[in-house]
Amino acid sequence: MYIARRSVLSLIALSAVAFASCKRSGAGGGGTAASSGASLSSEIVVGHYASLTGSTAHFGQDTDKALRLLVQEVNKAGGVNGRQIKVVTLDTRGDSAEAANAVSRLIDVEKVEAVIGEVSSSLSLAGGRVAQRRKIPMISPSSTNPKVTEVGDYVFRVCFLDPFQGKVMATFARNTLKFDKVAILRDVKNDYSIGLADAFKAAFTAAGGSIAVEQSYSQGDTDFSAQVTAIKGTPAQAIFVPGYYSEVGAIARTAARLGLKVPLLGGDGWDAPDLVKIGGDALNGSYFSNHFAPDVATPKAQKFVADFKAQYGQEPTGLGALGYDAGGVLVEALRKAGSGGPAALRDAIAAVKDYEGVTGKISIDAARNAQKSAVVLKIEAGKPKYEATIAP
Amino acid sequence: MTELIQQIINGLSLGSIYALIALGYTMVYGILRLINFAHGEVFMVGAYAGYYLAAAFGIDAYVSSGREFPLFLAVVVLLLAMLLAAALGASIELLAYRPVRNAPRLTPLITAIGVSLFLQNAGMLVFGPNPRAYPPILREVRFELGGVILTNIKLTIFVVAVALMAGLRFFVLRTWTGRAMRAVSVNLDAAKLMGIDADRTIRVCFATGSALAAAGGILFGLDQITITPLMGVLTGLKAFVAAVLGGIGSIPGAVLGGVLIGLAEQLTAGYLSPDYRDAITFVILILVLMIKPEGLLGVVKQEKV
Repeated sequence: MYIARRSVLSLIALSAVAFASCKRSGAGGGGTAASSGASLSSEIVVGHYASLTGSTAHFGQDTDKALRLLVQEVNKAGGVNGRQIKVVTLDTRGDSAEAANAVSRLIDVEKVEAVIGEVSSSLSLAGGRVAQRRKIPMISPSSTNPKVTEVGDYVFRVCFLDPFQGKVMATFARNTLKFDKVAILRDVKNDYSIGLADAFKAAFTAAGGSIAVEQSYSQGDTDFSAQVTAIKGTPAQAIFVPGYYSEVGAIARTAARLGLKVPLLGGDGWDAPDLVKIGGDALNGSYFSNHFAPDVATPKAQKFVADFKAQYGQEPTGLGALGYDAGGVLVEALRKAGSGGPAALRDAIAAVKDYEGVTGKISIDAARNAQKSAVVLKIEAGKPKYEATIAP
Repeated sequence: MTELIQQIINGLSLGSIYALIALGYTMVYGILRLINFAHGEVFMVGAYAGYYLAAAFGIDAYVSSGREFPLFLAVVVLLLAMLLAAALGASIELLAYRPVRNAPRLTPLITAIGVSLFLQNAGMLVFGPNPRAYPPILREVRFELGGVILTNIKLTIFVVAVALMAGLRFFVLRTWTGRAMRAVSVNLDAAKLMGIDADRTIRVCFATGSALAAAGGILFGLDQITITPLMGVLTGLKAFVAAVLGGIGSIPGAVLGGVLIGLAEQLTAGYLSPDYRDAITFVILILVLMIKPEGLLGVVKQEKV
């Protein structure tokens, strides 16, 4: 035991030495001390922590590509108050401990003025706690769990929250599709799914509709025939399935196989190319809410899609669009804050109002969340198409 | 009523898949008194073998041009996948179990868990962790009888499962190799003294069980739409419970157990709550172990002291 403890201590000592030397080499190009360094250096350093590898790699890669596209455009146009922006991206590998480390390193070693990240709510929570403690503003592009910005007054986001999506689909199902009875099929292992389902139920019944039946599954299930068979025995006109794409695809196929011909409704957890790969034709005619539709008509969005395609040879996802807007909101705030340091930057982000982003107009509210509209997409011939915009 | 019949049909097809996997557990246990926990992963590898073989035979071209994947190619895919899985099963036996065959009973059991974890993680590395849509090796045709939906896939699952089980029964009861298997299962050393090549017999047993699991894997993929490298964990455990329920070591018992577990799971999900679908299997396991530990069709072996 004693030996074990000693070796742990020496390990800590070693890593501290390693960390200190890292710190020195990292700050080599910048200023001397953290406080004065920020205003004196010619570059604005912005940190980004994202899952560049691992099972959610495409989340982080899409966000990073879009963020770099934005920074490139801003720099080409002269930068912010004459200073160029430099983005430093660190990989979280989709791991929350790694996310906290990455934010520490961005602040201590890279001396960033603000942090952008993450996509997953659990990682944003971990990174947000570090940013809050060090009083460096952080903007999450696409974490929708309500808890993320409750961490503290330095944590912001540019996307809407989970409950809002449930409300959006309830409004859409009730007012646009004129449905009276909808079944709910929620993933009981997933807080996101439960949150959306609860919000949908509350809003749909408040609007005069009724829930035909509530069924559930657990993430990782592959057999949904029991649930679909049970729903088939009810007069449901649609099924609200706020899950992730792989189960949703399988549920759609099962429904088609068992002759249940009603549209499925869902949220941004559907937004992945694999959704249609798994669900195939069975998903045609289904709707889901999202942050962004690549075929939405606003000029700013169209320019973003065209630029992104020209730069990377692929269409941007909703996550990419949010990464672009997170960067946009930050640049706007940096312009206003000038060289006032992190506290002034925080106040400037909190004051952002009616920022015209590619995912819609963004206003930061008192709870540091974005007030903005959602889009509803319809899947037609295996492709999601813009259908409607639902305001908050 | 139609809903109940539909749930029963769904349960039967799911149960047939459990039965195919349970056969592998029961055969190996019958011979070596070893619970081969890696069997669920052989099932997973079988499903992926089918996936890649179908791709190698150009199923994408058939799908994109709207043509049906030829039936004979589907059969070739099934047989090749079974062959690959048989080779995998025999290799696992050779590399992992044979060296510890004479060690205390716990050693091979822990080895089996190790092989299982190794294959799960190797699967995630090689195949990728994301779920994949299974290719339409068989085109789905739906029949409707008074509101009850039946698909050719569910029928095929049932027919293939029954045919393979009948074949296995014939193999074990009527062939020399099968006879050798039964002899080894009664007493390994005595069988050796009678001139039976015990190593070969055990190898054949692993290969046969693995081939059946691969068939189960492909049918599972067709029926359940997505496959993942971790699909063998829970499915394998349920099939193991099916083998215990039917009486481990008994071939008809494995089939009966599989079908009963499939039905119990589906009816629980349909009428109680889908949240309990996995729990019911293990409730059954506990009840069997408490009330009738030898299983429904198992035989009580008297230990001579």
